[in-house]
Amino acid sequence: MSAVQTTSPTPDDTRRRGPLAEVLLSLLRSGTFLTGFAIVMFWVACALFGEHFAPYDPLADDIINALAPPSAEHWFGTDQIGRDVFSRVIVGSRDILTVAPLATLLATVAGTALGLLTGYFRGLVDDVVSRILEAFMAIPVVIVALLAIVALGTSKTTVIVVIGLSFAPIIARTVRSAVLAERELDYVAAAQLRHESAVHTMFVEILPNVIPPILVETTVRLGYAIFAVATLSFMGFGIQPPSPDWGLSISNNYGMIGGGFWWTVLFDALAIASLVIGVNLAADGVHGALND
Amino acid sequence: MTRSAKAENALELRDLSVAYRVAGRNRAVLRNLSLNIGQGEAYGLVGESGCGKSTVALTVVRYLPRNGSITGGAISLDGQDVMKLDAEALRRARAESVSMVYQDPGKALNPSIRVGRQLTEIFELGGITSKAAEDRAIAMLNRVRISDPTSVMQRYPHQLSGGMQQRVAIAMALANDPSMLILDEPTTGLDATVEAEVLDLIAQLRQELSASILFISHNLAVVSNMCDRVGVLYAGMLVEEGPTEVVFNDPRHPYTVALLRCLPRGGQRKDQGRLDTIPGFLPGIGADIKGCAFADRCALADDRCRSELPPLYDLGGRLSRCFYHEKAQALPRATPSDVAPTPKAAAVPVLRVAGLNKTYSSHGHALRAVKDVSLDLRPGETLGLVGESGSGKTTFARLLLGLVPPDDGGTIVLEGKALAPRLENRSDDQIKAMQIVFQNPDSALNRSHSIRHLIGRALKRLAGLSGKALEARLNDLVRSVRLTDRHLAVKPRQLSGGLKQRVAIARAFAGDPRIVVCDEPTSALDVSVQAAILNLLADLQSKEDVSYIFISHDLAVVRYLSDKIAVLYLGRIMELGPSEDVFSGPHHPYTEALLSAVPKLDQTETARIRLDGEIPSATNPPSGCVFHTRCPRKIGAICEQQEPPLSEAQPGHSIRCHIPYEELARLQKDVVTEPA
Repeated sequence: MSAVQTTSPTPDDTRRRGPLAEVLLSLLRSGTFLTGFAIVMFWVACALFGEHFAPYDPLADDIINALAPPSAEHWFGTDQIGRDVFSRVIVGSRDILTVAPLATLLATVAGTALGLLTGYFRGLVDDVVSRILEAFMAIPVVIVALLAIVALGTSKTTVIVVIGLSFAPIIARTVRSAVLAERELDYVAAAQLRHESAVHTMFVEILPNVIPPILVETTVRLGYAIFAVATLSFMGFGIQPPSPDWGLSISNNYGMIGGGFWWTVLFDALAIASLVIGVNLAADGVHGALND
Repeated sequence: MTRSAKAENALELRDLSVAYRVAGRNRAVLRNLSLNIGQGEAYGLVGESGCGKSTVALTVVRYLPRNGSITGGAISLDGQDVMKLDAEALRRARAESVSMVYQDPGKALNPSIRVGRQLTEIFELGGITSKAAEDRAIAMLNRVRISDPTSVMQRYPHQLSGGMQQRVAIAMALANDPSMLILDEPTTGLDATVEAEVLDLIAQLRQELSASILFISHNLAVVSNMCDRVGVLYAGMLVEEGPTEVVFNDPRHPYTVALLRCLPRGGQRKDQGRLDTIPGFLPGIGADIKGCAFADRCALADDRCRSELPPLYDLGGRLSRCFYHEKAQALPRATPSDVAPTPKAAAVPVLRVAGLNKTYSSHGHALRAVKDVSLDLRPGETLGLVGESGSGKTTFARLLLGLVPPDDGGTIVLEGKALAPRLENRSDDQIKAMQIVFQNPDSALNRSHSIRHLIGRALKRLAGLSGKALEARLNDLVRSVRLTDRHLAVKPRQLSGGLKQRVAIARAFAGDPRIVVCDEPTSALDVSVQAAILNLLADLQSKEDVSYIFISHDLAVVRYLSDKIAVLYLGRIMELGPSEDVFSGPHHPYTEALLSAVPKLDQTETARIRLDGEIPSATNPPSGCVFHTRCPRKIGAICEQQEPPLSEAQPGHSIRCHIPYEELARLQKDVVTEPA
């Protein structure tokens, strides 16, 4: 074919930023996200380096100073066996910040795979898998956790697996609805007209386009996972002593509230709340940035 | 609602400038736009997408999006300065003196409120009782020629067809007897037959009402039929204005000249010459324009045009913003019209379809989407598929491609071999031989992948290439659809609509297909881009000897590209034959109605045939000839009782009608000579 046409098309606007850069930019402009991110980063820093700047060893007891109220020496007071509450709150972020993100990661990977499968194949696969997932979602996390712990014994791995698998159906449901919408687009028909395999179509063609809802769902789930870990630890099925974990500390000390020793519980509770709020604020920001 | 003494003009825009704030910068969209619309006048505003047409409409009622602002100038509506109105006065002006009708009536009406409620609400706001409001609403629906207003009032918008919805939207717009009616692409989403009805309605209402009309459309033919005067907008500036007939028959701005040349007109065909195109692109919004905005795309432009903004020359009742308005029509073609000789179609068909049926089940009813379709297609030939939406065009294309399996019994034979009904069971050679260019490139191109990946993957899978060979073929293919290397690294969203469609065409041609299905490939594009894509398709066809199945609702476009036409109605072929025979007639009464519905740029008064009512439901098609319920030439009971066969009237030209061919010839000859 001869080059008869004088038209020399150029990209519309080559200076336009990529989608990733645009999302990052809009995250940096979002006060909600930045606030949430700052709170989360504070606790991440505590988890990583807390032992270096905690004033006391969080595990060192000091019976003589037991149940001392907050003071200049012990900012958050001490607990029943004289451990410094401030140091324990700082270092106590470590376990929850390992277990909850790993559980969320597991939920995301499993949920995404299930969502792609049910959304792409529809029909019988969808009916069977979706019903099973729904049944699974109907059982409370705590009951599943109890059963699993009886069967597997208490360990961080058990907690990760239990929370991860309980959250997977919820993520699967979000991914499935996004995949159902994508599947109707013509690029999927174009892939079929190239005899692409189902795996290629699901993971190379569709998956990149459903990343935004997955990202939003994951950040939201992380907030719930933190809450779930704290709950399990409080009930004694989660993180085990001697960790200074927040949920565990509350569980050990909540009997003290009646005696007026509120500081043994309040600061751990505030720590959990602030982390959950921080994660939720960040999730809100991510949601806003991706849906602009 | 008493209106004070009328101002001279219904609408006056003086040096209006509007900017949108994007990424922290104010970008000019309208630049010093001035225009007047007289009382009772219909003014058309035309131009490519992105030139600011809709912004004008929104600015008139100060209804710009949040990031838009009026940066200068004045708007006067019936003598009233719109810029000075406070919130309450503005609300009153919007409620009482200006009305708008938008492109998509499905979105303009509230889906969860009955039509009657939405309409009476407007009257009740005027302070009358609900009973009186209901009477007024019924009267208004009668006025927009809705035959059964009381039952329509009880329905929800989704229970009405697109044409009916638009009538309701027009009824709502007219409810308060506005002095100014703004119609923003009111017929763009509608079928040609429905479009014709709505346009007729607007034309009739103009005679009954005193309202002035601002009619915005990208369709030059529609504007030429509807408007007294027309303004051509380019990059937010008025480049030409004048009485409609004068501007379209004797344009004085190179942009208007070029725009008119992009359209296939007067039955032009691909072997009679290429369409002209407009090189380059519309300046982006907020672009810094020194001289004439069109200079970069204009072959007449010289240094003066690039450095100095031309004034609006007054040429006696018309305006042109061009230094060289006298020789605008001497604008050299951007695309030479010579064409390579088309190869003679070989006698052996590449595709034979026989007895193809597709039945969907819809709420327990059988829906015959495609019924008993048989045709064949020779190499290098284009088959045009026409018909209203719901006629089964796209379903037929999907059956051929194997995206949906047909009912048992029909056969699709490609190059002598029967094709499996399902895509998965066809061989790699068979799938690469038949590819498709979809209507909407945004949906057809995976937005996560680069252009290189999109085309490269098709070459890998369809042509079985890899490594250096793939790279070489990729470069060839990219050049043959007139993209450049610069486009390869980007994602689809960074390309304009026309460029995206080129990528889709390159992908379809990756495996040297024998047949390419083009499903409305240009309907989302501007006319200048459409011309370039049609040229490209014609060039590729003459080079590769590929056959096309071309689906379009635009009959001029179908005629330009097609050698053969199949007219579909309710999944049945009503007429099949060589393009020239089908278009020039005698033709099936349905084809006649379709052709008659198309607004023509050079409208000569011909008798117009209007189809009454809507396309019947395919779950319950009419008995006998399926077209008898709407047929203007129905001859009697036989049409209701017996389905006519698709019989060959002339060699290669078949018509499904009880009226004999000679009789059709006589009837339709009368139409052309009859005065309107």
